[in-house]
Amino acid sequence: MATETHQTASACLTPEGGAVGMPQLCPEWMGNQIFWLVVTLAVIFFILSRIALPRIAAILADRQGTITGDLARAEDLKAKAAEAEEAYNKALADARAEAQNIIAATKAEIKAELDEASAKADAEIAARAAEGEKKIAEIRASATESVKEVAEATALELVAVMGIDADAKTVGSAVEAGLKG
Amino acid sequence: MEGDVVQMGAYIGAGLACTGMGGAAVGVGHVVGNYLSGALRNPSAAGGQVATMFIGIAFSEALGIFSFLVALLLMFAV
Amino acid sequence: MATEAAHGAEHGEGGLVFHPMDQFIVKPLFGDGPVGTFTVTNVTLWMALTVLCVIGLLVLSSSGRATVPGRMQSIAELAYGFIRKMVEDVAGKDALPYFPYIMTLFMFIVVSNFLGLLPLAFTTTSHIAVTAVMAVAVFVAVTVIGFVKHGAGFLGLFWISAAPLPLRPILALIEVISYFVRPVSHSIRLAGNMMAGHAVIKVFAAFTPLITISVGVGILVTPLSIVAISAIYALEVLVAFIQAYVFTILTCVYLKDALHPHH
Repeated sequence: MATETHQTASACLTPEGGAVGMPQLCPEWMGNQIFWLVVTLAVIFFILSRIALPRIAAILADRQGTITGDLARAEDLKAKAAEAEEAYNKALADARAEAQNIIAATKAEIKAELDEASAKADAEIAARAAEGEKKIAEIRASATESVKEVAEATALELVAVMGIDADAKTVGSAVEAGLKG
Repeated sequence: MEGDVVQMGAYIGAGLACTGMGGAAVGVGHVVGNYLSGALRNPSAAGGQVATMFIGIAFSEALGIFSFLVALLLMFAV
Repeated sequence: MATEAAHGAEHGEGGLVFHPMDQFIVKPLFGDGPVGTFTVTNVTLWMALTVLCVIGLLVLSSSGRATVPGRMQSIAELAYGFIRKMVEDVAGKDALPYFPYIMTLFMFIVVSNFLGLLPLAFTTTSHIAVTAVMAVAVFVAVTVIGFVKHGAGFLGLFWISAAPLPLRPILALIEVISYFVRPVSHSIRLAGNMMAGHAVIKVFAAFTPLITISVGVGILVTPLSIVAISAIYALEVLVAFIQAYVFTILTCVYLKDALHPHH
């Protein structure tokens, strides 16, 4: 209250230029602040609504578009890669099946050859065996014949030595009976 | 002399008004603490409630600011 | 009387000078004349700086229109996305036409809060005249929007149909009072926060030269007050943003009440 008696430029200032009370409550400064505030807000509003906000919105929309496009392209590439992999797998499976086929065919061929060869060998072996058996049978027959002859001759000699007269025919049949018995 | 008594009363009043800020401090702490305990119980819902928490803080803090303002008015404007 | 108090403190403390409120004085930039409505003052200077900063942040930074944003453009995009999401989440999709104005408020408040934190700066948002104009503008706009969109149905905001019938008139009275207190608390919250922080910093700053007067006391008080200034300054950086955020989000809340008055 004392300051009001001093001669100053403003009722809100002390002679030394300090504040009287709260400068916020000084009524003579409010008009100035309100005026400049309205001007400032109008300028900022104008700048924002005319230039800044549409531009930033456009940038964001642009980026969204780019991202969506890139994602779509990536999806595309991914699909292509999957397709290529599928084709590769198919080719691999085909090759494998073909290889399997070739193996089976070769196996069958080899088996047929083998069968043929073994059949041939079997037949040869059988023939040889039969031949051998025949020979053995011949030899056995001839041996039996020889035994019979020797036995007849020996029996005849023995009978003659024992003084019994006997004709060769009787002795022969007796020997045969003995051989059989 | 009389002015001195008035001034003393204003200063004492300003000091008393400042106790109101303690209440605002309690209030803000209460808001944030409850937000935090709720957020730890259900973290998935915490993000959506940050704005609500700040509104609550603003409301309880405003009262502390009012008491500070009363203190300033007593000191500088009475 | 207040001057006497200030001077009394000055002499009583043995040379310490307390002028926490001097930083809020409005001065003409040129000359010493009285402050008229159209005088170019420090208010003009700092508001002009605010406008320049907003232009630099939002217009110049985005002039490259880069798809991969740089640092400044990221800030512009972050601010844009932040406020747009806030408007959409809090006030709903039909509030988007009002988005430019809300963005204007937010950018103005946040930039002037931060500019006010510069040493020797003038904090335009610490003046109740400034914040009251913004708050009253929001209040009037919201009320007009409410009545234009809903007619008398906007009054349903005060008539809470979920409450029991006998309670409704009382609640309506409370709601009406709280509705009209809105611009008061809306403006004083911002101005009070900014003023409080700056004044407290100034008070601590006034204590720092104590060591030049009394070494014994000053050796304790001076480092303590320097630490306190730094701490309060850090808090003020936080408060500068949070108060801008709170002012904006409350604007959105009020706008939501106008667009959807039925809870």
